[in-house]
Amino acid sequence: MNALDILQLLSPELILALTGFVVVSVDLAMRRRDEGRTAATIALLGLGGALVATLLLAFAGTSTVEAFTLAIDPYSLFFKALAIVSVGLVILASISFMRGKSRYLGEYYALLVFAALAISLAVSATNLVMVYLGIEFLSITSYILASYFRQDLRSQEAGVKYFLYGAVAGAVMLYGISLLYGATGSVDLATVGALFSAEGDQRLLGIAAIILLLAGFGFKASLVPFHQWAPDTYEGAPTPITAFLSTASKAAGFAVAGRVFMVALPNLVADWTAILGSLAILSMTLGNLVALKQTNLKRLLAYSSIAQAGYIVLGLAALNPGGDFDGVGGLLIYLLAYLFTNIGAFLVVMAIEQHSGSVDLAAYNGLIKRAPALALWMTLFLLSLAGIPPLAGFFGKFFVFAAVVERNLLTLAAIAAVNAVVAAFYYLNIVRAMFFVESEEQKPVSVAAGLSAALAISGIMVLVIGIAAQPFITWISRSVEMVLVSGM
Amino acid sequence: MAQQALFLIMAVFTLGMALGTVTSRNIFHSALFLVGSFAGVAVIYFLLEAEFVGVAQIIIYIGAIATLIIFAIMLSRSVTGQNGSPMNRQWAFAALGAALLFAALAWLFSRVDFGSTAQPVPEDAIALIGAGLVTEYVIPFEVASILLLVALVGAILIARERHS
Repeated sequence: MNALDILQLLSPELILALTGFVVVSVDLAMRRRDEGRTAATIALLGLGGALVATLLLAFAGTSTVEAFTLAIDPYSLFFKALAIVSVGLVILASISFMRGKSRYLGEYYALLVFAALAISLAVSATNLVMVYLGIEFLSITSYILASYFRQDLRSQEAGVKYFLYGAVAGAVMLYGISLLYGATGSVDLATVGALFSAEGDQRLLGIAAIILLLAGFGFKASLVPFHQWAPDTYEGAPTPITAFLSTASKAAGFAVAGRVFMVALPNLVADWTAILGSLAILSMTLGNLVALKQTNLKRLLAYSSIAQAGYIVLGLAALNPGGDFDGVGGLLIYLLAYLFTNIGAFLVVMAIEQHSGSVDLAAYNGLIKRAPALALWMTLFLLSLAGIPPLAGFFGKFFVFAAVVERNLLTLAAIAAVNAVVAAFYYLNIVRAMFFVESEEQKPVSVAAGLSAALAISGIMVLVIGIAAQPFITWISRSVEMVLVSGM
Repeated sequence: MAQQALFLIMAVFTLGMALGTVTSRNIFHSALFLVGSFAGVAVIYFLLEAEFVGVAQIIIYIGAIATLIIFAIMLSRSVTGQNGSPMNRQWAFAALGAALLFAALAWLFSRVDFGSTAQPVPEDAIALIGAGLVTEYVIPFEVASILLLVALVGAILIARERHS
């Protein structure tokens, strides 16, 4: 492998890093303040370039290349594309939403680009050192972004809670890493996987390591019992950042957990799937039950996202290499569908927040009369979150549930099905407010151009993935094959 | 034997200092306890023949970070006043949880044999670390510097905007 090959393989990361530096420098050099518009434009161009580079690598049929503690394989390229698209949509929506709310918008966009870089590195990591560094990089960037409104106490609370919780979760994860290193003398995932046996007392050590590692991964993915930060942070953070935390950042947690468990602990697969299965039950049930009582949309979507994390992790819990539904494929499809659906829902929340300054359910009353387009988009996203066919969210649930059934985990399947029904209740409750509750306010809602564009992209993707799912499923099964073959 | 005794002494010292850090009512005292804890960890690194990490611990943690923490405390609040108790209502539960976790891990480590993987420390360990940082670990090394840049930008943002 020569230098040029390496540069090409790392092109998404290099473009993202360069974009981040350019955004910071240009913003610094500019004398005239333009509310971050230049910074946002450069960031979007850079993200576009990085997305093209990622897709080129993905469709050039790149086989797995491992170099310098990173793996460039279809699995990591899939998550990189996901992260870049998610950050792009968040930036697009932020242009109007953040205007006038902070004096330092150049840094805001740069930090978002660096967050995409952090996710790209974390999902490619083949080495526990890089895993930790990637997650920590993402965390530190997210703490700053969550507390971006300096004058707003809730935003400060969001940042501080996220930081304190994340610092502890990171330390616990590091302890788990040290156990794996202590047992095998290596930090390379594949070497750990080859040396770590599941016999006798080493199995106990492995289970301890799994639980400790899960503190870090579960924190990112907001799985119960590592979820306590999520409602307050989601509520207090600037809404575009909430959208980011609930999609790209969450996906990174699942991606890293999937690779570490599949590659480093294949001999303990029975143990970690069982642990993940119980976390899935806890997350789905707690998330949905608490969501039922929420009237603040950001909090409601926070608990909904905890419940969704429970469905998503079912994919790993029902890991079934060689089966018709291998589980990991379901995880990836779910995350792809969830990305557009959940960002879309938060985009509507942003539009309403910008218009009325409120994130309460009451602000959505009679939305169909005041802003028919917004109300229809929101309905689409909520139905997709509930998993109604033929929308994207349906395929996510279908593939994950199918893997659970194929593995014969019928209790798990039953609990998941009951939860899906409970969840539909509070999702449809919002639809009811938008369509059937009269509102006192009659002023039509105007939506800024960037936000509309992001909304249209998300909405169309939810429809496209739902109606023409085949190409996405083919791409994903190819991504999964590689990881399963190398890991299992 | 002497090494083991020294380890035990240093471990108790480090833990005592750490406990002082989290329980002290005066934040300035907490910072001083923290320096002691850093020093204890550095000695443990030397005992493990990890000289490079030990030296880095002294230069970076004691030399730079601790100084920075003390400066930050002195610049941001009066050293004597405003010292609330660091305890809240949940301290007993937290202590219980920590004790249980410790018991579980201690039980685990008493059963698992780590000995087989211990290797002798190479003579030129520092040279190996240096070579590692520019070969296999070059990307983590570079990423760490970007991470620090981001943290720096964030720290300035958080510290500054309040005055606007």
